[in-house]
Amino acid sequence: MSYLTLKLRERLSQRVDMSPFLPEALAGKQADEIARIPLWLGNRKVDSGELFAIDGKGSEQILIQSECDCLDRIGANMTGGNIRIEGNAGAYLGCGMRSGVIQVSGNLGVGGGCAMSGGTLIIEGNAGDFLGGAITGERQGMRGGTIVLKGNAGHRAGDLMRRGTILIGGACGDYCGSRMVAGSVVVLGQCGFQTGMGMRRGTLILTQQPNSMPATFNDNGRQDLNFLPLLTQSFKDHAPFSKLRDRGSQVHRWLGDLSCDGKGEILIY
Amino acid sequence: MIINGTEIEETFAEAFGMSATRVIITAINLHWARVAGETMTGFATSVIGCGVEAGIEAEIAPDATPDGRPGVSVLLFGMSGKALAKQLETRVGQCVLTCPTTALFAGIDGEKQIPLGKNLRFFGDGYQISKQIAGTRYWRIPVMDGEFLCEETVARVPAVGGGNFLVLADTQQQALIACEKAIEAMKKLPNVIMPFPGGIVRSGSKVGSKYKALMASTNDAYCPSLRGLVKSNLDPQIGSVMEIVINGLSDADVALATRTGINAVCELGAAGGIRRISAGNYGGKLGQFHFHLREVMA
Repeated sequence: MSYLTLKLRERLSQRVDMSPFLPEALAGKQADEIARIPLWLGNRKVDSGELFAIDGKGSEQILIQSECDCLDRIGANMTGGNIRIEGNAGAYLGCGMRSGVIQVSGNLGVGGGCAMSGGTLIIEGNAGDFLGGAITGERQGMRGGTIVLKGNAGHRAGDLMRRGTILIGGACGDYCGSRMVAGSVVVLGQCGFQTGMGMRRGTLILTQQPNSMPATFNDNGRQDLNFLPLLTQSFKDHAPFSKLRDRGSQVHRWLGDLSCDGKGEILIY
Repeated sequence: MIINGTEIEETFAEAFGMSATRVIITAINLHWARVAGETMTGFATSVIGCGVEAGIEAEIAPDATPDGRPGVSVLLFGMSGKALAKQLETRVGQCVLTCPTTALFAGIDGEKQIPLGKNLRFFGDGYQISKQIAGTRYWRIPVMDGEFLCEETVARVPAVGGGNFLVLADTQQQALIACEKAIEAMKKLPNVIMPFPGGIVRSGSKVGSKYKALMASTNDAYCPSLRGLVKSNLDPQIGSVMEIVINGLSDADVALATRTGINAVCELGAAGGIRRISAGNYGGKLGQFHFHLREVMA
């Protein structure tokens, strides 16, 4: 199936709300129709044709070409289809998405995958703070789906996360898994300070000791957990996370955060 | 129809619709998976007295189980979805949860789901952990040897129970040897179990009894020791009759198992003392599945 291609004409100094560009909303529309869709650019509305060179017609697949990091809310509330971004994405990529796939070849801003409840985000570059976090003011973050980040994540990845899986191939900033309610976060690189702070439940899986954990985490010792092969098997299509399966089911386990519910766990291979 | 000197009687086996499920038990090695499977399927020969009919369907190699450990698959058949769910929960709770190193997974897909770990999780006293992996929910229940991992639900599917055939032989030993051979061959088939002890029944029953409290009683027409006293179906030379009961996930599975079993018995044939193959039915009025022996063997 052919792509609907949106190529950003020039670098922007203001932010653009890209949420109208959803595969399901554009399906069947011609290029001239799509060019008339109004977009918020800063505090004014402009036709999308002014900002983008549009090629093709609306389909299940959208290709966005942009070196600018001002394109916010790409794929927000998406319910299906595929969006591929060649370049960088702005803030709140895939915010609230329910299904479908979004791929980014570059980096993305803050709040990637926040409040998403399904679908898959695949990011080749780095991500900003609050990856898989919550929309400001909401009590739950990501509540389903999978985020695969090949690069580094900012601070507070998985903040208030309720369900789903976040895979981080690089390093992670401070407070990874903060206030987590449930779900799984895997970090292959180094984790920053106060990892797991305020965790109520959920699982952080690390390959190395984080810079620090809250004092309210207790050492649970070496454990053989047979859910781990099952979990790592589910990463089989996502290298390099697929190699975790070779590490077996033995981990060092820390339980916390005891200042909250204390039923979260940090597993370190 | 005569195969190798053994007559295939012009009759049919009458089977019933049941509700079935399949679970996969894995453990640190095959021994402990089998122990759990055998314990769970103990006292599960007939729904009349056991609530459910169950058996180990097959052993599963590590590369084919969900968690990469050796395992067994277990089939359970109940007269209703509710009865099946109750028995499954009791048996898993008492026999698999308690068995060292085991984990439990759903082994069948379907729309109608019954609880597996959904209620067992409360054994964790609040320390149980839910984990959703690839769209499936599992429960991690802390136990003294580590964690008991259990899938939340398993599907139940319509199935067929009560397929059967009777082996009529000159002596008890000949009937037993023939049935053992049949069971050995039938155990290699998927989707079926033979729930009675060693797969073989020596006390086939008829409907009703002279005693009001009993709904079934000995099948006097096939009891050699009653020949001459009741209206017997046995020729003078027949000294022993044994039955093999088959439950399967579909009528095709039961038919294939019947055919495989009878073929194995007929390999011994008249030379092995096997005179006749018959089947149990209730006149065709009770069960919706009829397996006509000659059609099955054609």
